[in-house]
Amino acid sequence: MSALATSETQPARTECRVDSHNRIEYVAPRVNLHQDAEGYILEAEMPGVGKDGIEVTIEEGKLTLVGHHRENSPRGRLVYRERRPTAYRRVFDLDPHIDAGKVSARIEQGLLHVHLPKAETAKPRKVTVS
Amino acid sequence: MNIIRYKTPELATWPRFDRLSSLRDILDSAFQGYTPGWVPALDVFEDEDKVCVQIEVPGMKKEDFDIALQDEVLTVSGERKADSEKREGESFRSERIFGSFSRSITLPSPVKDDEVTAAYQDGLLTVTRPRPCHPARPGPQPTKLS
Repeated sequence: MSALATSETQPARTECRVDSHNRIEYVAPRVNLHQDAEGYILEAEMPGVGKDGIEVTIEEGKLTLVGHHRENSPRGRLVYRERRPTAYRRVFDLDPHIDAGKVSARIEQGLLHVHLPKAETAKPRKVTVS
Repeated sequence: MNIIRYKTPELATWPRFDRLSSLRDILDSAFQGYTPGWVPALDVFEDEDKVCVQIEVPGMKKEDFDIALQDEVLTVSGERKADSEKREGESFRSERIFGSFSRSITLPSPVKDDEVTAAYQDGLLTVTRPRPCHPARPGPQPTKLS
């Protein structure tokens, strides 16, 4: 798939990345992706991530979403756990028609909205017959 | 059928969270029939004066939650509605789950409903409940020898 396909293979829910010093584990957020004539709307679920923990990067035709959990005051001793304390990360291949300069993002209650508008030249246009 | 999440055995300090009780839950659910919806993940914390339950429910509104406490059982339920706006065009990735959910958790001892507080921030619903004050246990009494 050319347009905004995930770079990682489909079932990749977690991934490990090794940088020069340490090994970081990430979990892939659940994503909804919708396309209309204007562009793409991407929604990614990152519960526990605040505005300061979000990194949206566009580089070399790839859109990278990273979310770090907000540092909370200790709530006490953990007695039962289902949530993953790892950060979120997911990479998408960008449709070349997207205008990278107009990409906007906001986060509301752990749900990241990314709006990726298409460049004016890529939008469908009607030609009037004279 | 709901997905039974993996339970970290070393964290199962409360007997009701151990693996056997999850087996019991599976057997119970077979007799209760199908429960629709999704199962958000939750964490439980405790310290001397409170028990705190934190549930992952991103992209909802405060009004969408229903928190009930009956005797020892805290039940959090709600419905996440799919936003019907901007539905022209095509959707080619739909991994988010919508619909209703319900999770119940047994807390250590009964409290009154109004003692529970809840907050919703960053897509996490945090329900906090103070621990009841236990009367101080008498320490070991020295036995007098006659």
